[in-house]
Amino acid sequence: MEPIYSLKNITKEFPGVLALDDVSVDFYPGEVHAICGENGAGKSTLMKVCSGMYMPDGGALYIKGKKAHLRSIADGLKNGISMVHQELSPVPYMTVAENIYLGHEPTLGAVPIVSKIQLIHKTRDLFEEMKIEGINPKSMMYELSVAETQLVEIAKVMMLNSDMVIMDEPTSAITDREAELLFDMIEDLKRRGIAIAYISHKMDEIFRISDKITVMRDGKHVGTHLAADTNTHDVITMMVGRELTDIYPKLETQAGGVAMQVERLSKEGLFEDITFNVRRGEILGIAGLMGAGRTEVVETVFGLRKADSGKVVIDGKPAVIKSPRDAIKKGLALVTEDRKGTGLVLTGSIKENVTLAALDKYKKFGFIKKRSEIKATDGQIESLRIKTPSRNQLVANLSGGNQQKVVLAKWMLADADIIIFDEPTRGIDVGAKAEIHSLMSQLAADGKAVVMISSEMPEVLGMSDRIIVLCEGRVTGEIGKEEFSQKTIMEYAAGIRTANTEGGSIVQ
Amino acid sequence: MMKIKPGSGGATMGGKATVKKIFSTYGIIVAFVVIVVVMSILSKHFLKADNLMNLIRQVSFNGMIAIGMTFVIMTGGIDLSVGSVVALAGVITASFQTTDKPEQLMMLIPAILMGLLVSAICGLANGMLITKGKLAPFIVTMGMMTIVRGIAMVYVNGRPIVNFTDAFKVVGGGYVGPIPIPVIIFAVVIVISILLLNFLTFGRHVKSVGGNEAAAKAAGLNVDGIKIKVYVLNSVLAGLAGIALASRVNAAQSIFGEGYELDAIAAAVIGGTSMSGGVGTIWGTVIGTLIIGIISNGLDLLNVSAYYQMIAKGLIILVAVLLDRKNK
Repeated sequence: MEPIYSLKNITKEFPGVLALDDVSVDFYPGEVHAICGENGAGKSTLMKVCSGMYMPDGGALYIKGKKAHLRSIADGLKNGISMVHQELSPVPYMTVAENIYLGHEPTLGAVPIVSKIQLIHKTRDLFEEMKIEGINPKSMMYELSVAETQLVEIAKVMMLNSDMVIMDEPTSAITDREAELLFDMIEDLKRRGIAIAYISHKMDEIFRISDKITVMRDGKHVGTHLAADTNTHDVITMMVGRELTDIYPKLETQAGGVAMQVERLSKEGLFEDITFNVRRGEILGIAGLMGAGRTEVVETVFGLRKADSGKVVIDGKPAVIKSPRDAIKKGLALVTEDRKGTGLVLTGSIKENVTLAALDKYKKFGFIKKRSEIKATDGQIESLRIKTPSRNQLVANLSGGNQQKVVLAKWMLADADIIIFDEPTRGIDVGAKAEIHSLMSQLAADGKAVVMISSEMPEVLGMSDRIIVLCEGRVTGEIGKEEFSQKTIMEYAAGIRTANTEGGSIVQ
Repeated sequence: MMKIKPGSGGATMGGKATVKKIFSTYGIIVAFVVIVVVMSILSKHFLKADNLMNLIRQVSFNGMIAIGMTFVIMTGGIDLSVGSVVALAGVITASFQTTDKPEQLMMLIPAILMGLLVSAICGLANGMLITKGKLAPFIVTMGMMTIVRGIAMVYVNGRPIVNFTDAFKVVGGGYVGPIPIPVIIFAVVIVISILLLNFLTFGRHVKSVGGNEAAAKAAGLNVDGIKIKVYVLNSVLAGLAGIALASRVNAAQSIFGEGYELDAIAAAVIGGTSMSGGVGTIWGTVIGTLIIGIISNGLDLLNVSAYYQMIAKGLIILVAVLLDRKNK
């Protein structure tokens, strides 16, 4: 069979960086081809070359056997190549339907006036075909959650009827239920003879859906195998170039006293009556489906949102937290879910970001003590193994995993006692993931109280000492380590089981 | 995603990339040198000491405002009211330093402080409306531009204030050795601003707020406080320029400073300040100010009409920003 798309000896350089080094890959119709590699391995760059977003410095592209010169994403689309990007790009003040059909608006016959009715109808049909429920085509984009935005992003590409679809971590922001929808769509695309390039860090889904797996490391093509001929362990070993022993290195710890108690916290329309506590030396996992209100709860605790009622007690004393500033003073830290939105100052350097929350420690009479700031930054770069040529590198130029480490470094310097992680390893490769997990484990072992929101079941089960589950803005269950199971969590998360006040549980 | 070669920086990328890198960092200096060379070839008077001194004094007024504006733009804001503040601070201080009104004569320093205080209040109003009132900086400062201008006109009833005390005449017209006093004031402002932006936590906070306000807030920064300080600082610098300017021209008028906000924004932008915030330098703005000054001074020497000068200034702003964009 002829490949739909062939990349031959592709090379791509950025200033100071050889992002792709002589990479050749073929994509065949009706085949899911997974591209694996650590952050910075060159996967996204390769896909951007594929889609026309970047022009290669060396090598050639062949589409259906013909040499192609793609100068822009528009060129790629004309040649039947479309891409679901890792970075979401919604137009916030337009409706869902308008976003999906942006540039492809249905018109009133030959008259170039957008037919709003058709727009809505077509979007409804598309959602039906994709089995997406619960997103109103007339909603404004800014009203949607990250996961819903991601689904719309996928719908945009489904609408195009391309010959090849590139998906760059499409499940990084969605929960298992939506991921199932996506896998069904992918099956459907396969049946229609469409080639799919699939980037993901999640091994289970790679092995579940892909036919072929290509592994990249440091911009080079390490190997391509049929999925049936290889296994997770081998792929990970190829990716990291060494044996990786444990992704969930949770140390056994002895939970101490209650560090923070959240009592009956409520915010209309978001969550209600949230009560939980976290002890020193433990990792409290918060599980739940998208839209369960987990992020909103921790943002409220941290002072980014205002609660209608309820209180937060820290070390036995009621804490008044009106802003993140107050929260930090009380020893809280929040590693936010949205790296680029609330985590990083992209125009700043690594150093400027790392010391941002703790700059007061490095000042004297308002002057920054440059030497101690540099020392602290270098210490974090080394201990978190942030890959960078310099502490003055702009964080915008770092890979996702290294950016996430910069966010972590910032909070490490803040010396918090209660550290909240919101999806700490979303969209991050296994190597960096294992490092972040061992950091969390170490924090707990050092007697800090750690709260971790995660939508990844193995992560929640592998890292937590105790789990609470949220469903539709309420705590539906609390699970001790001895009762950990995926099934229990899912039942609580879906709301088909709720804990009663005596501590037992009722299955409805 | 990209791979980073440890320790290589840009040095291994060959000559072309290195030249490009140097140009992107120092392009503004290259442009500055080119303009100076061209002007000195075209006009024999350009490089003469008295012309240069005169030139630097001319740019000092705009320079002070442009530096304040740089801070504001770096937080992601804009301040259109500075031109009006120039006029208001000028007439306030002048009104206490004119022999026409002996009943309200003051010592020099208190008179200057009065002008600066009023300027600070304007900045405070801007800052409060932007942060607590949650209004767009463009709108707030556009409103303030008109209000402050109006107040200046009411205050002097449209008439210029003249006949200054000898002490006040020195502020804009005096010298220390060969150096005009406004130049010295400008130099002090530059030094303090570099300290503020590069050596104090304040500068780091300004950059962070402009780079990503949400992240700055989540890191515990007092975002509102930082913004308010920046608008106050900008207004005070505009007031300082206004006071020095009134003294320099021996008259204070309520129409002074019209359009100064645009020159200040232009200087900051030519100097590489990003209108979306987070990026900018003091030295860049100083060079931007000098470039604007040299163009108008040089074209004056060449007897080019003021109308053509406007076209030249506009082109330079566009070229500067285009070059900046190309190099990024």
